[in-house]
Amino acid sequence: MPRSIEFREAIREAMCEEMRRDARVFLLGEEVAQYQGAYKVSRGMLKEFGPRRVIDAPISENGFSGLGIGAAMYGLRPIIEFMSWSFSLVAADQILNNAPKMLYMSGGQFPIPIVFRGNGGAGGQLGSTHSWCVESMYANVPGLKMAIPFDAYDAKGLLKTAIRDDNPVFVLESERLLSVKGEVPEGDYLVPFGEAAIRRQGTDCTIVSFGRPLYFCLEAAESLAAEGIECEVIDGRTVRPLDIETISRSVARTNYCVVVDESWPFASIGAELAAQIHVLNFDDLDNHVVRVQADDVPAPYAYNLEQEMLPNARKICEAVRAVTYAA
Amino acid sequence: MSTMATPPAAEQNLAAKLPDETLREWLSDMLLIREFEVRSMQAYQNKKIGGFLHIYIGQEAVAVGAVAALNDDDPVITAYRDHGLALARGTDPKHCMAELLGRIGGCSKGKGGSMHFFDKARSMYGGHGIVGAQCPLGVGLAFATRYQDEVIEEGRSRHVTVCFLGDGALNQGAFHEAMNLAGILDLPMIFACENNGYAMGTAIDRGTTRADDLAVKAVAYGLERATINGMDVQKVYDGMKPIVEQCRRASRPAFVELRTYRYKGHSMSDPRKYRTKEEEQYYEEEDPIDRLANYLMTQRSFDGEAYEALVKKTRTRVREAIKWAEASPAPDLDELYTDVYVDTWGPYLGTSPPKMNDK
Repeated sequence: MPRSIEFREAIREAMCEEMRRDARVFLLGEEVAQYQGAYKVSRGMLKEFGPRRVIDAPISENGFSGLGIGAAMYGLRPIIEFMSWSFSLVAADQILNNAPKMLYMSGGQFPIPIVFRGNGGAGGQLGSTHSWCVESMYANVPGLKMAIPFDAYDAKGLLKTAIRDDNPVFVLESERLLSVKGEVPEGDYLVPFGEAAIRRQGTDCTIVSFGRPLYFCLEAAESLAAEGIECEVIDGRTVRPLDIETISRSVARTNYCVVVDESWPFASIGAELAAQIHVLNFDDLDNHVVRVQADDVPAPYAYNLEQEMLPNARKICEAVRAVTYAA
Repeated sequence: MSTMATPPAAEQNLAAKLPDETLREWLSDMLLIREFEVRSMQAYQNKKIGGFLHIYIGQEAVAVGAVAALNDDDPVITAYRDHGLALARGTDPKHCMAELLGRIGGCSKGKGGSMHFFDKARSMYGGHGIVGAQCPLGVGLAFATRYQDEVIEEGRSRHVTVCFLGDGALNQGAFHEAMNLAGILDLPMIFACENNGYAMGTAIDRGTTRADDLAVKAVAYGLERATINGMDVQKVYDGMKPIVEQCRRASRPAFVELRTYRYKGHSMSDPRKYRTKEEEQYYEEEDPIDRLANYLMTQRSFDGEAYEALVKKTRTRVREAIKWAEASPAPDLDELYTDVYVDTWGPYLGTSPPKMNDK
């Protein structure tokens, strides 16, 4: 029976179910145990699994990320929580050099079955150092997988898939979504990697995004529908692997495409999507792909500036009107 | 946090009580490392080896003595000067040489190179290229052995991890985070600092505080500590063995300074202008191989003839390893896309470990 639970509860349920079925899985991160999670994602887990499997780490991201990778080399399956993906920059050497390259450098001897997860994204007036959208920067690195859940259902299903994956998986959870409720089945189900979801069907323009900006895409699609433009909204779900086929098939039907990406535009996922769509749909497109991305500036603190910097429904509407020559 | 019941003191003459056969094996292993490195340098000069090559000559007693103090399934991990540790652990020199030549027969299928030797069957967890980055990994190995032994198998923690690092790594954040984590989590591991006096071309006292007594780095983190003469394999064993067993029993970490010297440059391109010929000569007279050979010839049943025979046998073994490595093919171009991911998707072709002789 589906029930409605919060996004953060869905994450917790995924971790608990996987820890019950596999003793090799453990959770390590700042404030995950006694404090019950900085954002209450891991509430109750210390009580159920004890301090050997739900472990408070000191503020030492490079150290405890490396600990997780070393443990994965030995055959354990760690979940490493970053309180914020912004703090993962401190651990860049471990998560980008060691986790995704160990299998290759060791000639196939050491897979790294590890999940790095935590809050990603901007929009909480946290200032520039705490508002990183790391997806474009990290997605550049081969050897890792990356999932960005859109709702509570995917949060649970994608995280369970991530924990069972034998490769390093980065799971980016938007802090702005943690309290959003959604229908989530009890018990076991998996959302496979590399399968995009069509969140809204439409015939006039394809909009592609990941995670939180999808809500702005859906909002934009509703107001555009009132103007007579029916948008198809596609949730990529995983950046690596990328389900470009589903996206491309949609663009072949609509002939127009807007890509919405919360990270900076230069050398970004948005740029990559646009490039791939231009190659795959060269003969289908009636206009070039238009990107809506964060502005190419550090994230500001002031509310109005931050809202203006990030993708929003107004910008997406403008992009769709422009690309479909409706403006 | 538990503490050790008694601080481990280097026990005198532990190695001296070992049978002739064991000490001859140590001599054989040290000779193998030296000969392997001499021939690697030649191959590098003949442009058969690319990239960087960091030579272990002078430090042989550290790897051989420390490995002798461990069980075969105790994990070891090190930095990029890693040939000696792999050979001490028993990785066949032919797989090591093939790795240097970039061949499929290499211990990392030719995809790691000199700095990235791995041998899972011998609990050799690499060869790591970024200074200090292996320290958090070593902490993870110690965490994992304890977790496996106690949480999964519900038994007693029975492994010790040794994480080797150079003196240059002492100034990296990763090292300090690792020491703190090992201390806070009561992990059975030893940070074994091979102090060869130089972080590349920077003499240790130009880059590191308390260079006169590095073991004090352990104090603030609550780790046990020791200082060991790394130029004498018997002293390495005598120093390491009690600490290894203490860490194993108490599930606690330690930091040891092994004082050693690299005879060659940091890498092949290093003209060693930052130190004097006299200094190099001093250490070459302290040579760990000569020392053990002399001991064996004066105190044990070993003579000059037996030594010459061992040297000859080692040369033959390395020569054959080179021959084998040169006959091993370059990796098939498909290898470019294997071992990126475990599974097969998109352009990626899954994974398969190197074919190495079983242990």
